[in-house]
Amino acid sequence: MPEIEIPVGPQHPALKEPESFRFEVDGEIVKSVDIRLGYVHRGIEKACQDRTWVQAVYLIERICGICSHSHTTCFCQAVEEIAGIEVPRRARFIRSLFGEMERIHSHLLWLGLAGHEVGFDSLFMYAWHDREIILDALESISGNRVNYGMNTIGGVRRDVTEKDVDELGRALDLLEERVKYYTDVALNEATFRSRLEGVGKITREQAIDLGTVGPTARSAGVDVDLRRDDPYAAYDEIPFRVITADGGDLLAAAVVRLGEIEESLKIIRYIIENLPDGPIAVKAPRRIPAGEACSRYEAPRGEDIHYVRSGGGDKPLRVKVRAPTLANINAVAQSMRGARVADIPIIIAGIDPCFSCTDRMVRLDDVSSGRTEVLTWAQLSARCRASR
Amino acid sequence: MGLAKMLPELIQSLFHKPATIRFPAERVPAPEGLRGKPVCDFSLCIGCRACARDCPAMAIEMADVGEKLPKPVFHYDRCAFCGQCADSCPKKAITMTREYDLASFSRAGLTSRAREGSQRQEVADS
Repeated sequence: MPEIEIPVGPQHPALKEPESFRFEVDGEIVKSVDIRLGYVHRGIEKACQDRTWVQAVYLIERICGICSHSHTTCFCQAVEEIAGIEVPRRARFIRSLFGEMERIHSHLLWLGLAGHEVGFDSLFMYAWHDREIILDALESISGNRVNYGMNTIGGVRRDVTEKDVDELGRALDLLEERVKYYTDVALNEATFRSRLEGVGKITREQAIDLGTVGPTARSAGVDVDLRRDDPYAAYDEIPFRVITADGGDLLAAAVVRLGEIEESLKIIRYIIENLPDGPIAVKAPRRIPAGEACSRYEAPRGEDIHYVRSGGGDKPLRVKVRAPTLANINAVAQSMRGARVADIPIIIAGIDPCFSCTDRMVRLDDVSSGRTEVLTWAQLSARCRASR
Repeated sequence: MGLAKMLPELIQSLFHKPATIRFPAERVPAPEGLRGKPVCDFSLCIGCRACARDCPAMAIEMADVGEKLPKPVFHYDRCAFCGQCADSCPKKAITMTREYDLASFSRAGLTSRAREGSQRQEVADS
């Protein structure tokens, strides 16, 4: 039978964000996949260069709606390293607290989406219903559900009060019970299990060779976690376990993520019990001295890397973001080989992709004239306005 | 392992009321610290431009109101509700209110400026 090419995306019901996948299929079986990035590139790195350090933090926060705290923490850490700012201990604990709360809501979101992609919509709706518990807690502490705006260069912007701690404690009790229930459902429900078991499999060697990060790597038995391996914020003082599994398939990914939610709940309890007193921020200068720094952060989806260079002015010279999805997308291409067409959506969703975070710059090559264009931020936004 | 593990919970839910509410007839109370509409007490404003300089959404412009110093004009249609203006204000003239329902039929209804010759804040009528 001849091989047929099926395009999925850039606009496709199975994808939540525009990205192009071209599958070569032989009957029901996927032979290979060609992934083309670049459909939701937003030029945030370039836009940062036009903003002051203070403004850039809020723009960085909007790279991702799910891991907003991850990106700002990563960025602020880099800037603090350049400027030599020592972040107060209480601020570091609050950063870790938000990082873990974010991890819980991100993993519950993944669980719901995984349920949705395999046609188990009850799990999707219930998981997302209970995700509201943690989102409400985030909102009442920080003032926003998604873009918490907690980070600033030199610390955090809002303190966690006694009342917040009490409310958070109650939310945790409720969540703990629900997470136990979902773990039982996801790992023991025969229909859900059989859609995940053995699907989207990568071996440990492949996971290392392809440079996967985060839960994708841990589900293949690679024991990596930046919180332990290269501690930032308050993780050097917090005891926790790194969850790994050895299946390498999507069931293992579910095991790892559900285990991480439970671990995050424990970390949050530890933080609120051991929250140190003291200031929550130190004043950062408006002009950051010249220098460069690279910062790493274990986002819910994996290792997030920010590179920041300052020329001594009030604006960054260069900001470079490597979101975790870019590292994991190769694992999708690998695990797609030999998969069934019906499993395409769940394999893509399996790495918890965030395409707009990942998208790279597009250089415009005019094939007919051979002209290459690289646009400035002002030109790009003028074009966007003209086309609206 | 088992089949239909969520079924007991699903059947129970048949007898619960929906999780959604009948907005706008019913309202969700805004949490205490919600960062809603930023409001400026123009009588405290010293026209230092700190808010306009730090606003990441460029939602604040400084306008001449016939006084010695310019006063900020807030464009809520551009606002990202981050609260940086309130943080940057040296006189603490800007506060983030809990007001989140800002829909309006015109852009003019989404602007707040100090009225000329008056120290009081006036929100343009929509």
